[in-house]
Amino acid sequence: MKAVYLGIDVGSVSTNVVALDEQGKVLHTVYLRTKGQPIQAIQEGLRQLLTALGKDLKVKGVGTTGSGRSLAAVMVGADVVKNEITAHAVAANFAVPGVQTVIEIGGQDSKIIILRHGIVTDFAMNTVCAAGTGSFLDQQAARLGIPIEDFGRRALEARSPVRIAGRCAVFAESDMIHKQQQGHPIEDIIAGLCEALVRNYLNNVGKGKEILPPVVFQGGVAANAGMRRAFNRALGTEVIVPEHYGVMGAFGAALLAKDMGLRESAFRGFNLTEMEFKTGGFECQGCANHCEVVELREGSRLLARWGDRCGKWSNAVAV
Amino acid sequence: MKVTFPHMGHLWVVLKTALEGIGLEVVVPPPCTRRTLELGVRHAPESACLPLKVNLGNFLEAKELGADTIVMAGGVGPCRIGYYAQVQREILRDIGCEYEMVVFEPPDVHFSEVLEKVKYLNRRPWQEGLRGVMLAWQKACALDYLEQRVQHLRPREAQPGRVDAVFQRALRELAAAASRREIKRIVRQAEREMATLPLHTGRTVLKIGIVGEIYTVLEPLVNLNIEKRLGTLGVEVVRGLFISRWINDNLFKGLLPLPSHDPAKTAPPFLNHFVGGHGWESVGDAVTFARHGCDGVIQLAPLTCMPEIVAHSVMPAVQEAGGVPVMTLYLDEQTGEAGLQTRLEAFVDMLYWKKKRDKERRSAGAWGYFLGVGRGS
Ligand code: SF4
Repeated sequence: MKAVYLGIDVGSVSTNVVALDEQGKVLHTVYLRTKGQPIQAIQEGLRQLLTALGKDLKVKGVGTTGSGRSLAAVMVGADVVKNEITAHAVAANFAVPGVQTVIEIGGQDSKIIILRHGIVTDFAMNTVCAAGTGSFLDQQAARLGIPIEDFGRRALEARSPVRIAGRCAVFAESDMIHKQQQGHPIEDIIAGLCEALVRNYLNNVGKGKEILPPVVFQGGVAANAGMRRAFNRALGTEVIVPEHYGVMGAFGAALLAKDMGLRESAFRGFNLTEMEFKTGGFECQGCANHCEVVELREGSRLLARWGDRCGKWSNAVAV
Repeated sequence: MKVTFPHMGHLWVVLKTALEGIGLEVVVPPPCTRRTLELGVRHAPESACLPLKVNLGNFLEAKELGADTIVMAGGVGPCRIGYYAQVQREILRDIGCEYEMVVFEPPDVHFSEVLEKVKYLNRRPWQEGLRGVMLAWQKACALDYLEQRVQHLRPREAQPGRVDAVFQRALRELAAAASRREIKRIVRQAEREMATLPLHTGRTVLKIGIVGEIYTVLEPLVNLNIEKRLGTLGVEVVRGLFISRWINDNLFKGLLPLPSHDPAKTAPPFLNHFVGGHGWESVGDAVTFARHGCDGVIQLAPLTCMPEIVAHSVMPAVQEAGGVPVMTLYLDEQTGEAGLQTRLEAFVDMLYWKKKRDKERRSAGAWGYFLGVGRGS
């Protein structure tokens, strides 16, 4: 029997599962699209994990994170439920001991985490602009007809990146089109776009924060070589992309579960991939808030309810 | 004449008592809900700040209950509150919602006007009216006192939600109370019930100070119940803004012996003058909280609130000098619960680690001292 710790990160765009061994070494990672169906994504993630690692597993701890952390926790029986900032910080600090700055850019949101002596001393998440950097890069790659995998590499071939107005995605896009019409080489435009996005990030998310090395760059966008180089140039220091950059949230959640040193995990067993979970909902008419109450059921058993502002429904279910 | 007014936390209890005290028929708007917000958002300009929108929703809902006159606060200085009432009056007229508006400006600027307006509203002999106003004042103090008890108990109670239930009942009873004796009895009763609540043993409780624009700080609909959320996360909340104190500072000009914010003393050198709204107080209170051992400070403001943006811009300096982390949250009708919860949890985690590390350092320092190695690590 192999002892493993599981971390599950359920976000609005992607759902990730990571399995660690007793030393904290990553055994396997799964990256899936959530597609608005977190339950299916979690089940599929665990199924893929079993296929990769074999059935002979003993789960010694489970952690969940991401905006769907509570749902995931109820569903799988988690030992620890953590917000994504803490989970990302823990993972970054494990991957690069002594890290002082974490840049995390995913599909929909981006954050900066400042650590000193291994603890978080400051953080910020993007607020005003809703357009995610990751999705925006995807979109632009599609518009230019370049596979996203090549997009960053093309940026590296740039001779002189053009300056693109990066205040927000709408400006950036129209400015890019304009520069294209002026006849700038595509490489220079892509590199310019990366620099604009980095400027935008540093001005909006990183504003007022002291960015000291070592700097870790993680999240899906860290795969993009153009973005990496733009950060290197803007910060004047090398940004380190850890091996599992795309699944650091799940990695951190698993580390946190491991850290608890539990004798017995609350994990509900891998047969939960075969169970039938259902979310339902109704609109409460108890007052003018008309809360959209969501409930999670396993077969006919009610596991949890949430979404009410007054606690009338969520408090009534003892989880 | 049926008067109504905008909601702001439990200010309604105080206003209802005062207005009834001077002999008016009062329509309390229905409690702020999503519906209130939606009504306001539908009719207000999108770039208006959140309080204006919620107020408007209150007025529309009160209209449904038959209100025909609004008592509203105005303001002077560089904050938009000064023309809220005018903008709201125009919007209401445009959508065919008939209302008379009585706007109170700060008394130091237009004192005779204030008297005029009170005279206009007053329906009773002066002495009787004064009695009603005093009763309202006593209720404000009672509520603020009980709320501080709630803030203390929330992170400590073993069954979350119980202390709030006690408070809500006391609130309803206080709204109906007709004499000082009754107020005292209700407060004592609530205190007794709070004293019997089962508590956690050995939980580390953090202390966070809340500063910011008064409306976002006091209205739970707008701040998504931030104090309750923090309480559940094991945080004792303290704040400088209370209704009784606000009345004291603004209407009685700090004549009553209550601890008042004194931004002129506390905010410099970070911010040396009034910037409108509560911006100056936000900075001053953050400094005060840092000095009084708070683990962190959260600043709340409606998105686009100018005075708070000014305050926000000097918070890094306060954080640096006071050694207290400050997190600013801007709120509007789009604020998502998941995002807010994530930020709160992360902030609390961070403060918790910091506290733990500081403690370890201190004890390590003490040991080092004993062993003759010198302080610190
Ligand atoms: S759940 Fe509570 S707050 Fe929401 S509509 Fe029902 S009674 Fe109102």
